Amino acid sequence: MNLILVLPILIPFTTAILCLFFWKNIKAQRIFHLSGAFLYLIFSFVLFSEVRTNGILVTQVGDWVAPFGITFVGDLFSAIMILINGIIGFATAIYAVGSIDEKRAQYGFYPLLQFLIMGISGAFLTGDIFNLYVWFEVMLMSSFVLIALGGTKPQIEGAIKYVTLNLLSSAFFLTGCGILYGVAGTLNLADLSIKLAELNNPGLVTVIGMLFLVSFGIKAGIFPLFFWLPASYHTPPAAVSAIFGGMMTKVGVYSLIRVYTLLFNHDIGYTHTIILVLASFTMVTGVLGAFAQTEFRRILSFHIVSQIGYMILGLAIFTPLSIAGTIFYIAHNIFAKTNLFFISGVVRSISGSYSLKKLGGLYKPYPMLGILFLISAFALAGIPPLSGFWAKFIVIKAALEVEDLISVAVALFVSLLTLLSMIKIWNDAFWKDKIDSESEEEVNQFKSMSKVKKIFFLSPIVLLALITISIGFFPEFLFSLSRDAAEQLLNPQIYIEAVLGKVK
Amino acid sequence: MEALLAIVIGVLYTAGIYMMLRRSLVKVIFGLVFLGHAANLLIFTLGRITTGKPPFVAAGATSVVEPFADPLPQALILTAIIIGFGVQAFAIILFKKAYHTVGTDDVDKMNSTDRIE
Amino acid sequence: MYSIILSSTTRIVTPLLLLFSFFLLIRGHNEPGGGFVGGLVAATAFLLYLIAFGVLRVKRLLRIEPLFLIALGLLITLVSSLFGLFFQEEFMKGFWLKEEIPILGKFGTPFLFDIGVYFLVIGVILKIIFSLAEEDKD
Repeated sequence: MNLILVLPILIPFTTAILCLFFWKNIKAQRIFHLSGAFLYLIFSFVLFSEVRTNGILVTQVGDWVAPFGITFVGDLFSAIMILINGIIGFATAIYAVGSIDEKRAQYGFYPLLQFLIMGISGAFLTGDIFNLYVWFEVMLMSSFVLIALGGTKPQIEGAIKYVTLNLLSSAFFLTGCGILYGVAGTLNLADLSIKLAELNNPGLVTVIGMLFLVSFGIKAGIFPLFFWLPASYHTPPAAVSAIFGGMMTKVGVYSLIRVYTLLFNHDIGYTHTIILVLASFTMVTGVLGAFAQTEFRRILSFHIVSQIGYMILGLAIFTPLSIAGTIFYIAHNIFAKTNLFFISGVVRSISGSYSLKKLGGLYKPYPMLGILFLISAFALAGIPPLSGFWAKFIVIKAALEVEDLISVAVALFVSLLTLLSMIKIWNDAFWKDKIDSESEEEVNQFKSMSKVKKIFFLSPIVLLALITISIGFFPEFLFSLSRDAAEQLLNPQIYIEAVLGKVK
Repeated sequence: MEALLAIVIGVLYTAGIYMMLRRSLVKVIFGLVFLGHAANLLIFTLGRITTGKPPFVAAGATSVVEPFADPLPQALILTAIIIGFGVQAFAIILFKKAYHTVGTDDVDKMNSTDRIE
Repeated sequence: MYSIILSSTTRIVTPLLLLFSFFLLIRGHNEPGGGFVGGLVAATAFLLYLIAFGVLRVKRLLRIEPLFLIALGLLITLVSSLFGLFFQEEFMKGFWLKEEIPILGKFGTPFLFDIGVYFLVIGVILKIIFSLAEEDKD
């Protein structure tokens, strides 16, 4: 069984190596890249169904027994994330073939994307805190190059903010790892969970927890630490911002959930109250920030921040229902957000700009695009019967159950503002008349595209929109999954026993 | 020894954060380097410093006798140094490129992505 | 800048450094040394050559792209980690040959991994140095 658990790392790794060997031959790179992403999708599904039927899968890398070696663990939460990563990776792979220019492809766009996917999978699968740091760095390294690739002035400026803040976060992460090892003498997550409970020193553990909260908080983009995100995510090509906006911040959220359910669950009254306050602030600042913006992707970037707030809210309430809500929310949000970034790329190729002031009148010539946009935008805002409605419903219901009325009010208010902000994009980009219609013919790269390229460009958008709709109409499946995953997360004993065997 | 290292670590963290808050890109890089060193030294110190006691199992024995030097922090630090080396090298190239494209090394002037049209 | 002292020293030191890097690589598993250090020393040899004679001469000396070295190194590490899977064992499990090979000594997958690291390190460092040196020209 251990093969399935390492394949999500091996497939992108092999693909990236093949792409590196065919550095000059972009056509071959594209073929490898697409088939690699497709294989990844298949095997992520196999891993998912395996974990779903057989429970937690564990493999000890290099045959070194659990607390000493590096362990890979696939519990239901990891498996869901890997499956989502497979779908998004595949969609982005198709979209990238349609949208990435020759120059970026020549400088290694495809292998870098594969390395990024590898880093994300590693972060989801590892059961070792220091190994998590290493996977974070693999992911960050490739994302650094991806964000700067092309070397335009806004990209470089965005990259500087992105690189600096993420390196700061890595330094915090490393410090946290060091202190953890100092107090517990182990790095294995399952073993740490036992050792930290035995330590009987909630003060010290909370301090370490706060270090991790800062570190993952920077990566996830929670309230006081999110400034780098809207300053950089709108600079690279749409395919890159799509996978960044969809997957990367969620890796931060994933790690937060992982450490705050498994390691730092001794002083919930203190730590989770902090997270609760941060969640509300994150939701509000994100959505208010989006209001001031007039650039398509910057609005979306600020909405990433505000949506992270909902996910953290679910973690902060810390009941089975709320954690299930968080997982549901992550899944829904990744699909909707990635799709919105994809659509922004198409809009850009049609009108030559991301600025809402220069856009307009897209509904008449491209009605289908408008509808695809509305599906994702309404899903993001939480209009029934789309996926976002259920996601928000579960989180808010969980908040009602613990009678946290302030958070409920904030969440409802923010989702209203999200809708307003989505309508603003709709009005400006699709509905209003375009101001200078002469220049349209010159900038429209979309019309002159070949038919094959158009299919590559648009099919991932349709795919993700279909997923959003089907989650909306059949939420039962994803909800029962999220509930099972939440149950596993809230009973660390299951995880510990799976990794270390039945001790004591 | 621990006290001295603790002071050094504290100074490195302070210097790192201070340098990162400066406006010049070169100083930002120094800040990043200092922070990396500080974290590495912290791991080194927290892994307990033991002199001259290698973690070898003596002939005939089945386990190591306390006190022995823990080899794992060194492995962690080596990994962190390698990662830090790669990331810092990339940061230097990026910052140099930034200086060429933007024409300044003042971080405060790199605000074209933050402006609202 | 051309310096006769530096260039004639380099001519002698570069091969020595490369030889020393091989020595470090081979003795690496049980004694201080290994792929990473060996790779660093080998990259230093090329770096010294670069300082003495310039980027173009190094590229001519190297003949292959640093990127190819990176890909090669990654491929070797990948292959070395796959042996465990071939034998139905855990991923990345180490296997050793029973007999010692002359010069190399004990040979096994961890050694193969080290060779991969060696090439990877040379490739990465040369790539970094080349991109820094080439930007200087314009």
